[in-house]
Formats: sequence, structure tokens, C-alpha cells
Amino acid sequence: MANQQSSEIRYLTPIAVDIKKKKYCRFKKAGIKYIDYKDANFLLKFVNEQGKILPRRITGTSVKYQHKVARAIKRARHLALMPYVADLLK
Amino acid sequence: MVRQYETVFIMTPVLSDEQMKEAVSKFQDYLKAKGAEIVYEDHWGLRKLAYPIQKKSTGFFHLIEFKAEPSLIRDLEIELKRDERVIRFLTVALEKHAVAYNEKKRNEKAAKATEN
Repeated sequence: MANQQSSEIRYLTPIAVDIKKKKYCRFKKAGIKYIDYKDANFLLKFVNEQGKILPRRITGTSVKYQHKVARAIKRARHLALMPYVADLLK
Repeated sequence: MVRQYETVFIMTPVLSDEQMKEAVSKFQDYLKAKGAEIVYEDHWGLRKLAYPIQKKSTGFFHLIEFKAEPSLIRDLEIELKRDERVIRFLTVALEKHAVAYNEKKRNEKAAKATEN
């Protein structure tokens, strides 16, 4: 009974429920197996404007590839292809 | 067990073209003398560094891909470290996907070169 009643509730304006776009791992989707540390332009997608590595929570990368991304970024930093610290990188 | 490696090293920008070539050939010869097989080489030329190293903001980048015994890497890195012309280096062991990736990239580059 109680269930029926609650389903009867009607709103005058539809409640704003934003449909979240499902995040996906771009490496799994594109079938990329190896992440090149020499390609700094590509790795730039995985850092914020301070040059920090973005978390999986934001990029949607799977664990397996997040590890690889992190390693590639760290290698690129060592070779001065990417900055360790930056300001207004983007 | 022979593995495939990739070494990138950065040389100081103060070197002249000849000095730089001399330094590169030194490491090529070193690798060859130690029984490594050079698979690929790429000279990136003078590049800007993302941050200064030894107060220098540019450097000559050179990449060597080679097949060698793992024991050789230690000696090669010592050699790189001792050389004052080299300001930074990185050696990476390539796994099978990396080898495939590099090969693909190389073929694409070769195809582009023949096109032009």
C-alpha cells in the first residue's frame, strides 16, 4: 500500500536528474596496448594544468592502463619532455 | 637471454655538430663492440627542455634501440654517466607491445618518407 502511494506522487516540473555520461577507458576502447613516454602531447591529456597526473576518477582509465600512464608520464618527466611542476600548462 | 632496449640520451647544446656526432658514434661503437645489435636510431635534434637541466634549457636528443644482454645495460649506463657531454639519459626495456608499437611507428614514418 505504502509503495503504491509513493509512486502516485507527481511533480509539476520534472526533477532535474542529469544523466551522467558513462566514463570509459580510452585504452581499452581503442585497443592501445603500449603507452609511449616519448609522445608528450598525448600524455598531456592525463595531467592537469599544474602538470599533476589526473586520477582515474576523472579520466576513467582502467587500473591497468592508469599504471602505464603514470609510468609513461614519469619517464617523460625524467627526459624533460614534460615538466615536474608547471603553471598554466594548458 | 637477449632483450630489446631503448635508450634516449640528452647531450649539452654547447656541442658543435661534429662533437655531437662524435659523441653519438662513441655510444654506437660501444654497443657494437659489446655485441649489441642496433635495431633503430633516431636523432631528434635540438629540443627545448621542459625544465632546465644543469642550467641548460635545450639539448640534443638521441634515441638508440638495440638488442642486447641485460648485463650490458649496467655498463652502458656507467658509460653514459661518465660522459660529461650527456646531461640526461633513460634506458627502458621494451616488452612485446612496445616493440610492436615502435615497429608500427617506424613503418608509418618510412611510408611517409617514400610518399614525399
